Amino acid sequence: MSEIISQYGMVFLVMACLFGFFMAWGVGANDVANAMGTSVGAGAITIKQAILIAMVFEFAGAYLAGGEVTSTIRSGIIDIEKAGFADSPELLVYGMLSSLLAAGIWLLIASNRGWPVSTTHSIIGAIVGFAVVGISVDAVVWSKIWSIIASWVVSPMVSGFIAFCIFRSVQKLVLDTDDPFTNAKKYVPFYIFLVGFVIAMVTLVKGLRYVGLDLSYNQSIVIAIGIGGILSFLGVFMLRSIKELPAGDKKSHFGSVERVFGVLMLFTACSMAFAHGSNDVANAIGPLAAVNGVVQSGGVFLEQSQLPIWILLLGGGGIVAGLATWGYRVIATIGRNITELTPSRGFAAELAAATTVVFATGTGIPVSTTHCLVGGVLGVGVARGIGALNLGVVGRIFLSWVVTLPVGAALSIMLFFLFKGIFG
Amino acid sequence: MSNPIAALFGRSPIRPIQEHMANAQRCVILLGDFLDACTSDDWQKAQEHQQAIHAAENEADELKSNVRTNLPKSLLLPVARSDLLELLSIQDRLANRAKDIAGLMLGRKIEVPGSLTDSLLNYYKLSLKTSGQALKAINELDELLEAGFRGKEVELVEDLIKELDDLENKSDIHQVQLRASLYKLESNLPPVDVMFLYKIIDLIGEIADDSQKVGSRLLILIAH
Repeated sequence: MSEIISQYGMVFLVMACLFGFFMAWGVGANDVANAMGTSVGAGAITIKQAILIAMVFEFAGAYLAGGEVTSTIRSGIIDIEKAGFADSPELLVYGMLSSLLAAGIWLLIASNRGWPVSTTHSIIGAIVGFAVVGISVDAVVWSKIWSIIASWVVSPMVSGFIAFCIFRSVQKLVLDTDDPFTNAKKYVPFYIFLVGFVIAMVTLVKGLRYVGLDLSYNQSIVIAIGIGGILSFLGVFMLRSIKELPAGDKKSHFGSVERVFGVLMLFTACSMAFAHGSNDVANAIGPLAAVNGVVQSGGVFLEQSQLPIWILLLGGGGIVAGLATWGYRVIATIGRNITELTPSRGFAAELAAATTVVFATGTGIPVSTTHCLVGGVLGVGVARGIGALNLGVVGRIFLSWVVTLPVGAALSIMLFFLFKGIFG
Repeated sequence: MSNPIAALFGRSPIRPIQEHMANAQRCVILLGDFLDACTSDDWQKAQEHQQAIHAAENEADELKSNVRTNLPKSLLLPVARSDLLELLSIQDRLANRAKDIAGLMLGRKIEVPGSLTDSLLNYYKLSLKTSGQALKAINELDELLEAGFRGKEVELVEDLIKELDDLENKSDIHQVQLRASLYKLESNLPPVDVMFLYKIIDLIGEIADDSQKVGSRLLILIAH
């Protein structure tokens, strides 16, 4: 029905795929490292293991759980009626293309310069930018945007609180007891169960819908308990080979305890990759899905249709590609710079962050995995668990928000008018 | 490092503080060699030992400066920053005392009366034991950090500090005896020398006192 769509539809789709892959590549090249770096830095996994885990679980998270946030970015932020897309659907296409390209370019520039940039903030800023300036202020679903921005502030704090509680429990149950090593071996399987259960639970309840599976709440609980249980047994098996070091002094004693927690951190590393994939893949494929929807239907806006599998695969693939070509270097750099984090602390921060992110994913809210992890680490620090933390990082995070949102918006607006000019 | 995760982790002051304390204890140990040389009238050797103490005390000062410069206010620490700095200052006093005693005795070539020598050296050994106990307690700092400053580890450190207090008490008692012995001899000795002998006794006692203060500071540190 729209001439431009029928004329250029394929071109738009190819462009969207390219830009989407570019953006996903950027996520894999830079953002993933933040999720995996703490595990490497704490000595729980090697860089090779980190890359392997990231490849498998980022993809799994993207594929199995990425649907809800993708849906939000695709159509939850823009009000299709108020934006008048029914009459000129090509505007949505231009907007999504420009947002993707803008966010991808900004990500590339910032990563090159070594600036911390949130992929989530970039894409949201870009989308809001083109909608507000390119179309009208009413084109944006402001209630959704405010709740997203609110969660950017709240999610790190929630993550910090959860991390605080988890670490306090570790202190009470393991570290402060008469025999930390025995208690570590006793309680770590429960923590592993928690990791499996929480991640599985949120994914099953919220995410699998987009892959065609729809389970009832009760079914989900049972399966989640099952997954948690299996992982727990796996953990017990892995712990069996860890023996307490013979030397009787305290240092080696705690060293053995940390090795037990190292096994737990292996699981939380996987959960971090999964959580990150589930939340951040949407940054790349949400706009792609929007363009795809418009082009396939020839400009007619249908109800929320299921996310085509190939789009999820493209996003997951892009992340893996970025990780394989560039991301592994960043993981190494981060891991090298983290010297005073041990598994008993790291797992608490990671589990808290992963839980928060997966929960946000389930509610369809795009959040920054990196900021949640920072919040988690700070939560452990408040519980007196870490030797020294730079609070200046918090200020820098605020600063990055102030810069990223306008820059993303500005780039997106420019590209929007560029595309509008080229294609009509 | 601009990456927020990498930039988040700062340099923990715990290990440097433990190193500083070890260094301060080294000064106190070297003082023993010095005192041996003094009481054997080997002033050549005494000077060598005094130089060694001086060098060790300089190292301690360097370590102290390092800790201070790497402790900005923007650091989130598991203990109060002011408590750490206070602890560092008191630890440093130990090194300074050793240096002061050596400098004083060498400068005046102070002769210790023969009948007092054994008692004085034993008094020194008691101070050495006290500062050694303080070092033991400080060396538990990284285990305290691992345990999150709670639980069994705290009890262990509290026990160490109780022993520290006992040692300091013993030192006080010994000081009274030592002073009494000197009092009996003082009319036969040059008065200025006697005053300086009393001063030396005081200073050696201060080592034990300061060691005990290190222990108290550590308890305050843990409590916050």
